[in-house]
Amino acid sequence: MPDRADTAATMLEVRDLHAFYGESHILHGVSLEVRRGEVVTLLGRNGAGKTTTLRAIMGMVGRRTGSIRFAGTELVGMAPHRVPRLGIGYVPEERGIFASLSTAENLMLPPVVREGGMSVEQIHTLFPNLRERGATQGTRLSGGEQQMLAIARILRTGAELILLDEPTEGLAPVIIDQIGVAVRRLKDRGFTIVLVEQNFRFAATIADRHYVMEEGHVVDMIPNDRLDASMDRLHARLGV
Amino acid sequence: MTTDTRTDPAQPGLLPDGRTRTLLLAAAGFAVAVAAPHVLYPVFVMKVLCFALFACAFNLLLGFAGLLSFGHAAFFGGAAYVSAHAAKVWGFPPELAILAGTASAAMTGLLFGWLAIRRQGIYFAMITLALSQMVFFLALQLPFTGGEDGIQAVPRGVLFGLVDLNDPLAMYWTVLGVCLFGFAVIRRAVHSPFGQVLKAIRENEPRAISLGYRTERYKLLAFVLSAALAGMAGATKALVFQLASLTDVTWQMSGEAVLMTLLGGVGTLAGPVVGAALVVTLQNHLADSGVPVTVVTGFIFVVCVLLFRRGIVGEIEHRLRRRAP
Repeated sequence: MPDRADTAATMLEVRDLHAFYGESHILHGVSLEVRRGEVVTLLGRNGAGKTTTLRAIMGMVGRRTGSIRFAGTELVGMAPHRVPRLGIGYVPEERGIFASLSTAENLMLPPVVREGGMSVEQIHTLFPNLRERGATQGTRLSGGEQQMLAIARILRTGAELILLDEPTEGLAPVIIDQIGVAVRRLKDRGFTIVLVEQNFRFAATIADRHYVMEEGHVVDMIPNDRLDASMDRLHARLGV
Repeated sequence: MTTDTRTDPAQPGLLPDGRTRTLLLAAAGFAVAVAAPHVLYPVFVMKVLCFALFACAFNLLLGFAGLLSFGHAAFFGGAAYVSAHAAKVWGFPPELAILAGTASAAMTGLLFGWLAIRRQGIYFAMITLALSQMVFFLALQLPFTGGEDGIQAVPRGVLFGLVDLNDPLAMYWTVLGVCLFGFAVIRRAVHSPFGQVLKAIRENEPRAISLGYRTERYKLLAFVLSAALAGMAGATKALVFQLASLTDVTWQMSGEAVLMTLLGGVGTLAGPVVGAALVVTLQNHLADSGVPVTVVTGFIFVVCVLLFRRGIVGEIEHRLRRRAP
């Protein structure tokens, strides 16, 4: 396994990324790397810049400098609507389910950007809860179902890299388990996933590596197999 | 146990099912369409229809793309001038005159939209208002528009070389056909994937972008479509009244579209039609009564905003949905 990780191609490479919202300087030189097929988490306290890192990758911040390369293509300077079309799916923390569309319409809304996306049938197998709820207004689903829908609609598009922002936030433990199973299945299918997570226990069960962020930059990287040995360090950083 | 009651279609006997209801509605609509010009003054019905299409076109933009244009009179009135000029001076038959007006409105819409969609909210509204005031100025000053007099005595002509539109009933059916075509286009657009993307943009534009939609394109297309249909309404109205005048390009006319749409129910398909019928009826009835029309419509508007913010149709739909979840 270790040598597969070494030889696997880098899918996402972020170098010295700075991001600004108006006058506020949020990211101060973030650098990280994600290999194809990996699940990588961004850990850190509130305000450390985890969500902003994902938004900067999608081009949804005011201004950004540095370099973000996805499969060899530079994303800094690219129009925001073109980023998802390269095969990057973003599932925001607030989930972004459209209230004026039904569950089925929400699912079918994102454009298919490349071949190899999951079929609706496959998606329903992965998230059985969504199968019966097609006609339901998107925002009338439960929180967990909305989270599933937010992930599901990205899977249809053929995106290879999925940016997941706090998928377990505010959900009941039994739903968190379901989401965990789904994310693991996605990993088995070969999706590359960047996960922002406060729920450290959840992150530890699925991730290959953890980047620890503090005040707008990456301060540590911990492979999952060395997690136990690094607990003290991590506790000091996260204050958990 | 719980699933049965929810997924069950409306119980037979109590409520007709979807298809029967559509057929019934269509039959009722047809009966009303046949009876209307005999019961009411035909020109009045045609006026209602033209304004209904105008308001529906405006609603496509506000209700489904979330863009508040305050310059739709430019398309409505501008197209009226073009079709009146085409029919009177160039001798266009009515179908081509309406087409010319619609096309000119679409072109103007493309230009205005291209400029305006770069800004959001109140700035968008102000840009459309400013641009439409320029059209008003042109309508006042250009040699072919007839200044304060407008273009008068526009010939209605012979539709497709067959139907003489000077017959009020023939004119009525033509107007009805044009408007039904316009409503069908709007209905189709709203229920298409294009319409769903518009709704997504209205709700959360950054999210729509992050899903990979180039939202300016969608907004521009909606703007052009809305302008073209508003133009079609104006062009048709010019033939009905045989007149294109400054009234149709004033900013008050843009305001009227806003008023009709909000009264009837923004974001509903039938709302603007109801709103237009209400406002035009009030205007006609109050015109001879000495009561100032603007005060009355203003009062109704305030009441509407305070008591039922979804508009008449919006409120009815909301109540129905709550009763039958």
